[in-house]
Amino acid sequence: MDRLLEAVQQLINGVSLGSIYALIALGYTMVYGVLRFINFAHGDIYMLGAYSGYLLAPLFAHFFKFGEFDTFTAQNALFILSGAGLIMVLSMAICAVIGVLIERIAYRPLRERPRLNVLITAIGVSLFLQNMTQYRLGADPKAFPQLIPVHVVEGLGTLTVLTSQLAIILATVILLIILRLVVMRTKIGLAMRALSLNPTACSIMGVNNDVVISFTFALGSALAAAAGILVSMDSPSINPLMGNLPGIKAFVAAVLGGIGNIPGAALGGLIIGILETLVIAIGFPQWRDGIAFAVLIVILLFKPAGILGRVEREKV
Amino acid sequence: MDSLLKLDNCTIRFGGLTAVANFSMEIRKRELVGLIGPNGAGKTTVFNMVTGVYRPTEGDVLLAGERLNGLKPYAITGKGIARTFQNIRLFSSLTVFDNVRAAFNLHLRHGPSHALIRGKAFLKEESDIENRTMELLKIFNLDRLREAMCKSLPYGDQRRLEIVRALATQPKLLLLDEPAAGMTPTEKSNLMRLIEFVQETFDISVLLVEHDMRVVMGICKRIYVLDHGVRIAEGPPEEIRRDPKVIEAYLGEEPGVGEGESER
Amino acid sequence: MSRGPLSLMVGLVVCLGVSLFGENFIASNFAYYYDILITIGINIILATSLNLVNGYTGQFSLGHAGFMAIGAYASGSWSNHLDPVIFGVLGGPTNPLATNVGLFISMFFAGVLAAIAGFAVGVPSLRLKGDYLAIVTLGFGEIIRVAILNTDFLGASRGLSVIGSYTNLFWTFGSVVLCIYVVLGLVHSTYGRGFLTVRDDEVAAEAMGINTTKYKVLAFVVASFFAGVAGALYAHFKAFITPEGFNFFRSVDIVVIVILGGMGSTVGVTVAAVLLTILPEGLRALAHTQFVPPAYQGLLENRLILYSLLLITLMLTRPQGLFGDRTASKKRFVRSRETDG
Repeated sequence: MDRLLEAVQQLINGVSLGSIYALIALGYTMVYGVLRFINFAHGDIYMLGAYSGYLLAPLFAHFFKFGEFDTFTAQNALFILSGAGLIMVLSMAICAVIGVLIERIAYRPLRERPRLNVLITAIGVSLFLQNMTQYRLGADPKAFPQLIPVHVVEGLGTLTVLTSQLAIILATVILLIILRLVVMRTKIGLAMRALSLNPTACSIMGVNNDVVISFTFALGSALAAAAGILVSMDSPSINPLMGNLPGIKAFVAAVLGGIGNIPGAALGGLIIGILETLVIAIGFPQWRDGIAFAVLIVILLFKPAGILGRVEREKV
Repeated sequence: MDSLLKLDNCTIRFGGLTAVANFSMEIRKRELVGLIGPNGAGKTTVFNMVTGVYRPTEGDVLLAGERLNGLKPYAITGKGIARTFQNIRLFSSLTVFDNVRAAFNLHLRHGPSHALIRGKAFLKEESDIENRTMELLKIFNLDRLREAMCKSLPYGDQRRLEIVRALATQPKLLLLDEPAAGMTPTEKSNLMRLIEFVQETFDISVLLVEHDMRVVMGICKRIYVLDHGVRIAEGPPEEIRRDPKVIEAYLGEEPGVGEGESER
Repeated sequence: MSRGPLSLMVGLVVCLGVSLFGENFIASNFAYYYDILITIGINIILATSLNLVNGYTGQFSLGHAGFMAIGAYASGSWSNHLDPVIFGVLGGPTNPLATNVGLFISMFFAGVLAAIAGFAVGVPSLRLKGDYLAIVTLGFGEIIRVAILNTDFLGASRGLSVIGSYTNLFWTFGSVVLCIYVVLGLVHSTYGRGFLTVRDDEVAAEAMGINTTKYKVLAFVVASFFAGVAGALYAHFKAFITPEGFNFFRSVDIVVIVILGGMGSTVGVTVAAVLLTILPEGLRALAHTQFVPPAYQGLLENRLILYSLLLITLMLTRPQGLFGDRTASKKRFVRSRETDG
């Protein structure tokens, strides 16, 4: 029974961690789907999301009483959640705009050029974002304000689940549902899917490719920003380089699930999160970062299309 | 035995789709053979099967009796099969001269370590290759353009260069993938003469995959016809032109098989 | 001897001459510039070797610092353990013969080890294209760094002190000369045209009988060898190394030089290496002059912000870099008259 409980505990930890990776991975996969391009700077959008929250929270701290609540109760839950939700939504909006701007300024002019050029540009953008943040706000870690009270959820017996973990999982589920609705039920979602299959046909059919691409960047950046806020609720120390490792791991997750495949990205994120938690649980915490690289190498060598992906043959 | 290339009952399946089924073909030494068929018939698939891009699911590809199945493209070129590409794939950062010179890599006897030591033997071979490259370029009237970047050449010259480059690998069989695509009638006539010239001068066989009937009927001694992955006819041009199965396959595709050139 | 190897010999002799007669003079009177000079040499080796992979062969590797790390740590620990033996045999650390022999063996060992690592990484990775290759090489670079970080006898996070021999101008610039010779010697030959074909069109290259994997791996191994040598030079120059000094940013540093110089131009990359080594120093000096308002001083000193802007601007305006449109193809190092050479 203990073993089972332990397993469930680690599973929850893994799913919580994996949700963060999933949210970031979705941005990679969607952009790759429409542009066949790996946005190296995507991990830094996640970082900017966290910093947006960090800078916005003080503006609303008085009204929403951030940090003044110790526990969730039936009375204050809605109020707390709306406060946190507002910060999250605002951060998502800000990062969506940043994402669109980056695409417009740095990537769009290079659309006809060799793949390599835009990859290098993305590296440049990533470095710029990190170092600019470092320069303006300092390289030292900052304390993320407490948006929701963090304590063990009651009524779960010996299972130690934090409210922040629960928030991460619930928020991710909601966001994934919204994403699914957008991609499957809206016109622009249809355009995104069509664009990932055949860009030329799309523009012939009257789709404004540029608008769809901008929208994709906005969507992906918003999700990454959400991840940044959520992870900061759980682990409140933020720093300008915080996007590097999660960014790489989320990229691996996207490749694992099949790059370009949206459910694949979510699946990949969960798997990586659970694997990483397992590695720590069985006693090798120093290899927690290495496991993602190991997965990457194995996947790329044996099944580059990923779990749910399709192989794209080059036409000869 | 006069047989050079033999496809023995070859089938290629991609997942659930059968692209080519039970296809047999034979090309003899010094033969100019054509492979035609409506769009989507599987011509490119057969082409890629011979050049090693695809591996036949069933059946054998034989060159002078030797089985080529599963060999990588560069190995197949090593056995003596060279090709050109439908979309002209020249080496864009190399000059005309270097495009041809690069193709001599296949038979190079002095590799990287020799390039560093630069002994007499290495220098002699480099000089030989230079001379042979110049000879080839001269034969095809490209020698004056040797320092030019290939992207700056007119389309017809680019096509010619691609063929010269393929010839530098000293093939026994040359595969041409829709070489007449995008050419004017005059260019096509020149191309026809060029292909015949190549076949005779270099004493090789040529397999021509082409859409333009005038070109194919004009120079090929024998023609294979593919439709929906299956061979529907084989024989000299006069027979193919009159074959009812061939005409039916092309109905709706182009008006009249062999009567004037296609729209493309 | 033909022209190529002759130039190599001449180059090495010149370096030896400068080092024998000028080393101590420069090192004591112009210590600051001496340091920059050595750093320039190391950067040239790193960049020109990476250029063979990224520039001439068109394979985007982002893990070059990993092989430098292997070279640095291998030679560092080798020297620490074996120099005392060599000194015992040839006589003390003040004997120039002993220190130079020690350094040479150490550098060679470093290069070979890095080359082996390059082979191990290259063979599985080089079948991947473009973005994927970049990420995998980045991953390997990080794995190497993390492995060193977790290895106690290499000093882990504390770092490694390198005792014994010290880098000098001869070994540094001698290696520069050798590296450039190898890269150019390879590329300017019929065999070497193969690298360029792999860059231009792999499918067509294969169709012309070129085993593209073999070329990619060879380029990668040669580049890794010299990265290892550069690492060894670095370790014996700084006398103290940490894993952090070989992280992803270091790889990016080198990539920026290659891009600025123009991928596929050894001359360009060499010039870029000089420029980008001097630039941070120059900017730092500039930041403290009266031309720059204090608010922007920090900006100028922040190398990475400027690098990132440089990268982005280059890609948008002049992706071929400084010397990129002088393609390798236009120069022919072998002329028909050389048969009697």
